Amino acid sequence: MVDFLFYMFALTTLLGAGSVVLSRNPVNAAMLLIVSFVGTASLFIVLGAYFLAAVQLAVYAGAVIVLFLFIIMLLNVDASRKWKPSYFTMAGGLIAGILMVFAVLHLFKRGENFTTDTLSESAPIGTTTQSFGVELFTAYMLPFQLAGILLLIAMLGVIFISKRTSDKGKEAV
Amino acid sequence: MNRQPKQWRPKPNRMELPTFVWVIIKAAVLAGVLLSISNLAVLGERKVSSWIQGRVGPNRTSVPIIGSIPVIGPMLTRLGLFQPVADGLKLLLKEDPVPDHVNKLYFFLAPVAAMIPATTTVAVLPFGQIITDGVSVPLVLADLDIGILFIFAVSSLGVYGMILAGWASNSKYPFIGGIRSSAQMISYELSMGLSILPVFMWANAPGVDSGLNLFSVVQTQQGAWGVMFMPVAALLFLVSIFAETNRLPFDMPESESELVAGFSTEYGSFKFGLFFAAEYAHIIVGSGVFVVLFLGGWHWLPWVPMHVEGLLGAALSIGVFLGKTTFIVFFFMWIRWTLPRFRYDQIMKLGWTMMLPLAVVNLIVYALIFALLDS
Repeated sequence: MVDFLFYMFALTTLLGAGSVVLSRNPVNAAMLLIVSFVGTASLFIVLGAYFLAAVQLAVYAGAVIVLFLFIIMLLNVDASRKWKPSYFTMAGGLIAGILMVFAVLHLFKRGENFTTDTLSESAPIGTTTQSFGVELFTAYMLPFQLAGILLLIAMLGVIFISKRTSDKGKEAV
Repeated sequence: MNRQPKQWRPKPNRMELPTFVWVIIKAAVLAGVLLSISNLAVLGERKVSSWIQGRVGPNRTSVPIIGSIPVIGPMLTRLGLFQPVADGLKLLLKEDPVPDHVNKLYFFLAPVAAMIPATTTVAVLPFGQIITDGVSVPLVLADLDIGILFIFAVSSLGVYGMILAGWASNSKYPFIGGIRSSAQMISYELSMGLSILPVFMWANAPGVDSGLNLFSVVQTQQGAWGVMFMPVAALLFLVSIFAETNRLPFDMPESESELVAGFSTEYGSFKFGLFFAAEYAHIIVGSGVFVVLFLGGWHWLPWVPMHVEGLLGAALSIGVFLGKTTFIVFFFMWIRWTLPRFRYDQIMKLGWTMMLPLAVVNLIVYALIFALLDS
């Protein structure tokens, strides 16, 4: 049963992600990205990581894609316009793809680190949510703080860019 | 959360239905009850609005056989109880015109996308308890460890119904409605999420492992209800639900004086009916969550315990819970027919410059208070 669910959700995720890349219509692409995210969240549920699944849905499917759609709809991107990538972009994509393949192969080589077990039924401390929080603020404190700083930088960047255009003149909306 | 290890699973008896069939039946019943209540809420809205405006409201619709029973028939007719049936049938049987200029796929998908989150969130909402041998068990479809987070995650998907309807309709007013709804709902999600954190801090006192479970939140309110010692959080959450369910004074997505009918302008017949039912289902679930978090759930009075075992106790707890939820739903209608609509910029200003800072301050203050109490 768990295997069947895994393959089903993995297929959903991969098909969704593939269609995002191949779709010409940006609104379709954004909606398919939601399908992919829902598939990922379902995989988290199969693994027993309920908290992660809920956060995945709330943050990505519930907020980020809404903003994507918002921008796509406001800019009214023309779906039928053909876009030809430059050779430089194509070469970049090719190199990135090859590196990705090597990375995945390397991971498979040291396969003894992989586990197909679901999370243990009894969380180490209290409920799974509590143990998640405790782990996050003790063992993974540094990555957590770094992610916070990264987000702060992005936020400052957005504020800086939007401030500059609105100060310059009235062409900014 | 309570998935049994494989070896514990009892062998299915041939006469018994398998577990997943039971779960599906329960889910269908719960969704049916929710939709029936939302139908009644539509009637309630019409009756409450007519009461507030000094009118009579629906009092003519009748059905052949039941309507002609001597005393009860006319009484039910005067109460308007047959009106939801007539309204539903009208929406179902009307011609369903689809404008030529719409994006067909998303035009048909949008009402469904609005309906699904509304009926899904009710799965984790505990609506009563049953006490057997002194142990209380929640009456809930799925007693999740991450209860409230699940509700937020799923209800945040509700915005797609509106944004897709607005975009797929391919005309001005729906589009503006869709854009407004997405901006508004994202803005108010922040203060909604922040405002309820103190409640869960309080529920997770040292030594208590309740996580984000909704049942244990209710169990901590046997004494004082949440609204008594967290009035600011309750107010912020209530205002946020108003904004999230697009109720007046926050009904920017459809404000009829500016946008005809907003995102649902191009919809008719049963597709519009789905949007309509979804709105009321959202209101009912939102009211239920408010009752669970701040109004003590099924505890009938603060500090007065009610320990009735068995099915009678279960029925009583459901009754108390439904009574409180009905009051909050009434409050929604009361506000709608009392306050005028905000301007759009006022809504954005309220959300970002007043509600959000207030929610953050509220969180910090309660975190400090709880830390002092614990030490």
